[in-house]
Amino acid sequence: MALEREFCKWSFCSKPAVETIETDLLLVGGGMACTGAAVEAMAWAKAAGIKVTLVDKAALDRSGAVAMGLSAINTYVGPENKIADYVNMVRTDLMGIIREDLVYSVGAHVDQTVHDFQDWGLPIWQKDAENHTVDGQVARDEGLPLLKDGGKCVRSGRWQCMINGESYKVIVAEAAKNALGMENIHERVFIVKLLTDKNNSNRVCGAVGFSVREHKTYVFKCKAMIIACGGVVNVFRPRSVGEGQGRAWYPVWNAGSTYAMPAEIGAKMVLMENRFVPARFKDGYGPVGAWFLFFKAQATNAYGEDYMARNWDRVKAEYPGYADSPGTCLRNHAAMIEMREGRGPIMMHTDKAMQALAQVLSKKELKHLEAEAWEDFLDMSISAACLWASFNMEPDKVPSEIIPSEPYLLGSHAGCAGLWVSGPAKNYMGAPDSWFWGYDRMTTVDGLFTAGDGVGASGHKFSSGSHAEGRMAAKGAIAFILDHKDDKLEAAQNIDEVIAEIYLPFEIYEKYKDYTSAVEINPNYLLPKQVQTRLQKLMDEYVAGCATMYMTNKPSLEEGLKRLTLLKEDATRLAARDLHELMRAWEQYHRILAGEAHLRHILFREESRYPGYYYRSDFLSIDDSKWKVFTISQYDMKTNTWKFETEPYKQLVD
Amino acid sequence: MPSFVIVEKCDGCKALDKTACQYICPNDLMVLNAESKKAFNQEPDQCWECYNCVKICPQQAIEVRHYADIMPLGSSTFPLRGTDNIMWTIKFRDQKTIKRFKFPIRTTPEGSIECFKGKTLPSDLAGLKKSGFYTGPARTE
Repeated sequence: MALEREFCKWSFCSKPAVETIETDLLLVGGGMACTGAAVEAMAWAKAAGIKVTLVDKAALDRSGAVAMGLSAINTYVGPENKIADYVNMVRTDLMGIIREDLVYSVGAHVDQTVHDFQDWGLPIWQKDAENHTVDGQVARDEGLPLLKDGGKCVRSGRWQCMINGESYKVIVAEAAKNALGMENIHERVFIVKLLTDKNNSNRVCGAVGFSVREHKTYVFKCKAMIIACGGVVNVFRPRSVGEGQGRAWYPVWNAGSTYAMPAEIGAKMVLMENRFVPARFKDGYGPVGAWFLFFKAQATNAYGEDYMARNWDRVKAEYPGYADSPGTCLRNHAAMIEMREGRGPIMMHTDKAMQALAQVLSKKELKHLEAEAWEDFLDMSISAACLWASFNMEPDKVPSEIIPSEPYLLGSHAGCAGLWVSGPAKNYMGAPDSWFWGYDRMTTVDGLFTAGDGVGASGHKFSSGSHAEGRMAAKGAIAFILDHKDDKLEAAQNIDEVIAEIYLPFEIYEKYKDYTSAVEINPNYLLPKQVQTRLQKLMDEYVAGCATMYMTNKPSLEEGLKRLTLLKEDATRLAARDLHELMRAWEQYHRILAGEAHLRHILFREESRYPGYYYRSDFLSIDDSKWKVFTISQYDMKTNTWKFETEPYKQLVD
Repeated sequence: MPSFVIVEKCDGCKALDKTACQYICPNDLMVLNAESKKAFNQEPDQCWECYNCVKICPQQAIEVRHYADIMPLGSSTFPLRGTDNIMWTIKFRDQKTIKRFKFPIRTTPEGSIECFKGKTLPSDLAGLKKSGFYTGPARTE
């Protein structure tokens, strides 16, 4: 028996004020993708005669995945590399199935965005005339040429360049604010529902959200929209058990809104079975890339054996054709073999790497190197540095533990979950006709665009690629607006009903709060935290979380789905005591939908495409004969059903 | 490690039009207690430890006590963020090991970015469906 449905009749909570804002292009999100979109959109807006508005659930200066800063730009093709090689790297890392039209076009545009960052004031490390490394400020003081004028960046890996990135997001946000004007930016407004057109249910025409600062609803009406509000964090039970849950690897406020809201209006999703399980410095989540690539540190099992060397023949035999160059998930797989067989913990030998460098470097250079090692953490994962300090660990003296974390869903890092979008142009790089439907980065819903974590089957964009992709999406969206100038749009949804639904958690709380003597324990409702813990537990236990060492099978997934379905029903009884908790309530609702997509996709794909990210124990191999395909899903909110289809993968680049 | 507010130092940002930590927290954690006029972290287990509240506090009233389920007590990591650089002071639990680092944060003055200055803005709207940005063309190979 289903729960009796509750409605908000404003009997117990008061109606909020409503502000309606009409615009042409609405940007939902304030991270790298939407700040990129803001700048590029405004460059065209005057000639196009359109208005652009951005709405962010936080403050633009420090919102999104780059809120803390970054120590590297991970995608810069540079003059020494070919775009095709970038595509080849992304394909290898994502196990053979990517949209090469999307990835290639990111590669073709990303360097321009990095050059703009440097213009705006981002300090990028460079090589001086003697090929010495200097930081981004010294590079400017010494008058080294900018990257766009032939200056050389400092590579940590083939595609990465090191930066002094504490203020990376502040700088990028400042450019977006300068382009848009503060009057077109709404901070602290959380969008939770999208609106569709009365005459075309497959056309987006607005969004509704609420202020987390005052009792006020915002209704945005628009002709096109870019939705880019990150990936999904804490949908799985994290390894931390208390306060440390906040120290997620990816931003803890990424709640799956980018996937859930488009899914609710029928946007197709692709490769939602994909996830990212970052192997990072344990508990603090410090980045490992610079240690592997820049400092040349080795990672071993507890007994000093290189886990890659020890297991690589085995991995090659298990996944023939995929282990010739080690992608991220297969490197995880090798470490997981060691952990499963009891040879953990895995150690990163920072001490040996630094001691080796001490042999060849001068004292001054070594001092600089120590600062670089700490900056790598302090720029983007401060608690990892704090963890060293709290355990009295100096990285040049002792090794540190690394561990594969809880799973994350995203489309911009070493993962490729997301929405199924149109490519940049008809037959771009020889893409099939079915990969282009008129406008760059448009989802299958007319007028609804995405970028960054939102675009599926196209990983390894990182911060710079997401910014560049936001800019591409902005052009696509403006082209769409101009081609549909005469469309008369009217929301199919009753706005008053949408608002009532949004504030239902207030109504439920006020209605029932006095029934029991403890507000946290009440049979009539669940608080957001309680919904989140139940979601995390079932995802962890049944959908290949840490609890089962990332292993699942059909019966487990089916049991997980039963529990998730009941949780989704219970989520209609979410209660909230204040605006902050109302935000949490809708974040959990978005997480549930994103989690459901992930579960159903894993159930649909009967193979283990991403060993080291997750395993289907009933289909442990990679089966190219059946599954070298894009898996595409579509949710029907009215009937609460999902449809699946596949689309053949096609290689476009050699 | 969730951020905490030192009661003696927090003045509720009474001289500003809004509370700095509340304004900046990406996860809406910092709030001002209306009666005591002191800020506090309302949901410590959702704190990313991004230090943005610590960096922005005009009174240096905010620090971080590291995640209780992970980290031993006694160390401290404190930033002083200026307009063009940041200075970090890290004290180990042993109270003897101190590290100090200074890194640049931007090469242009705060508020100086004018992203359209000196650029020719596109006027041919047909370019919307072609590659490239207003600041430069896409790469071709």
